[in-house]
Amino acid sequence: MAGPRRSPLTRLGRWLIVIGFAVLLAFPFYWMAITTFKQTSDLYNVEHDPFVFNAAPTLDHLRLLFGETLFLRWFWNTTVAGAAVVAITLVLAVPAAWALARLTGQWGQQLGIGIFLTYLVPPTLLFIPMSRVVSWLGLQDTLWAIIVTYPTFTVPFSIWLLMGFFKAIPRDLEDAALVDGLTRFGAFVKLVIPISVSGILTVVIFSFTLVTQEFVYALTFISSAEHQTVGVGVPIYLVRGDVYYWGSLMAACLITSLPIAVVYNLFLDRFIAGFTVGAVK
Amino acid sequence: MAVVETRRLTKVFKKAEEGAVNDVDLVTRDGEFLVFLGPSGSGKSTLLRMIAGLEEPTRGDVLIGGDVVTDLPPRARGIAMVFQSYALYPHLSVEQNIGFPLKAHGVPKPKRRERVEWAAGLLGIGHLLGRKPRELSGGERQRVALARALVREPTVFLLDEPLSNLDAKLRASAREELTSFHKRVRTTTIYVTHDQVEAMAMGDRIVVLNKGIVRQIGTPHEVYDEPADTFVATFLGSPPMNLVEDTDFIAGFRPESVVPAAMVRGPSAPIRLRIRLVEFLGSERVLHGVIDGGRFDGRKVVSRVATAASGGLGEGEAHDFAVPASEVKFFDRATGKRAAPRELSWR
Repeated sequence: MAGPRRSPLTRLGRWLIVIGFAVLLAFPFYWMAITTFKQTSDLYNVEHDPFVFNAAPTLDHLRLLFGETLFLRWFWNTTVAGAAVVAITLVLAVPAAWALARLTGQWGQQLGIGIFLTYLVPPTLLFIPMSRVVSWLGLQDTLWAIIVTYPTFTVPFSIWLLMGFFKAIPRDLEDAALVDGLTRFGAFVKLVIPISVSGILTVVIFSFTLVTQEFVYALTFISSAEHQTVGVGVPIYLVRGDVYYWGSLMAACLITSLPIAVVYNLFLDRFIAGFTVGAVK
Repeated sequence: MAVVETRRLTKVFKKAEEGAVNDVDLVTRDGEFLVFLGPSGSGKSTLLRMIAGLEEPTRGDVLIGGDVVTDLPPRARGIAMVFQSYALYPHLSVEQNIGFPLKAHGVPKPKRRERVEWAAGLLGIGHLLGRKPRELSGGERQRVALARALVREPTVFLLDEPLSNLDAKLRASAREELTSFHKRVRTTTIYVTHDQVEAMAMGDRIVVLNKGIVRQIGTPHEVYDEPADTFVATFLGSPPMNLVEDTDFIAGFRPESVVPAAMVRGPSAPIRLRIRLVEFLGSERVLHGVIDGGRFDGRKVVSRVATAASGGLGEGEAHDFAVPASEVKFFDRATGKRAAPRELSWR
């Protein structure tokens, strides 16, 4: 990069900040990984240095996780529910956000705020009426119970988020597409969506992580182990009374969070703003 | 090639009356370069957007090539438009940007490639085809926007202040390029600008707009030399026309018509000016003065004199000037409209 040469002290300061943040963010992964492979006796001995292996590593915790719980099943359930929730959210939120951002003028803004307000009602209140709805639909104790209820908070949030992205797209771009031969819908599909990829990816990640971590709905709507998600199954079956299976718990967390972290990093450049730079002016 | 016509075209916005368009009737000539000129808020862009089909008229009709297109979407009007912001598609390469209208109209790929290369060659941007818009300079972006507009050979070009984002030097050369480009393709072009220099230099005819009303339509010569009202008289020309109000009329004369008395032959109106300020512009000087004595004592008058002829004219001095009688235009004081010539007495 061109620019004025910084003094060594400034550069050192910058490096320290960057390294500090990197350590801070990587530490949970390190902690999960080391706990996964530590022997239980090593974990519980307060004399031992907690940051390193004091005894030989072990695969016992993974054996427990995969052999004695339905972790793979939960993982699969989470993936299916996550994909379904992401699909429903995109189908509803993308057109809604565009309509609110562009077509309805002042009304759109008011309506957008109204939709966002529904997001602020906490699930810990909503799960009571929601459970009535779920049982009325006959979906209790199936994966469908959470697939239809999660969009009640992913959709409003995603609409709000995408409205911001769509508003940032210069109107001239759409007008140009209309003059160049597209219909309004065509311009939406071929222009607005590709330009808003970063916003749409953010919605995907947000909705998916929500499915992996949500607890209240999953716990109340689904009781049998084989229909549960990681977020509920793991703490229920790996915390028995006051016995915490730390090694297996951390293994479950690591296995669930790694794919999301990898996907997020793959698309990192897309999340960085400035994607539309060069469109106008 | 086509003629664009508007019939009592009107746009009323719900909130503000500013920028609205009122009962605009105009007809372009085939292959003409027509300029909409007006200050911001004059409705010139709204008028253009209604012709493009991007803005729905409140009433009135738009005709292109003799057909009423008022209810047709922009894509069905056979037009191409260049926006002030260029509106290049940021996620597409230059080649894809230029080919976009062709793709939207279902032109097959080999043919598309050929047309894109033709358009890019015409504007000298063949070497940029692989780049993204963000990797281009302002002038290059403007050319890409132009190439995208001309690639499918539209019947009408609509240009909405396409040069206003360029710096002054680039603007002058782009202006010349646009003019020579129009001379080559001879496509009916409507060009919106607030810059009178662009309008005068490029337009075959100029439509002067203010507050949504057409004030005058004419060649650059006509609108400059025979302004229809005081708005046109003062909007065009720099510095603007001098206006001196009398009881029931306004007399107007251009700064370059106010010359030292000794240089005027033939019938003229003498005028004595006390010079307040002299601006040196190289080949010319602009003298800001006030009338000294007579009925119009104290009125401000601006004179533009060739530097060679203004040797003895210093600040704070009073000198005799004269305005050739034929250069004085008269306007009705109440309406501001052009009025019949009359005898003008300064004394």
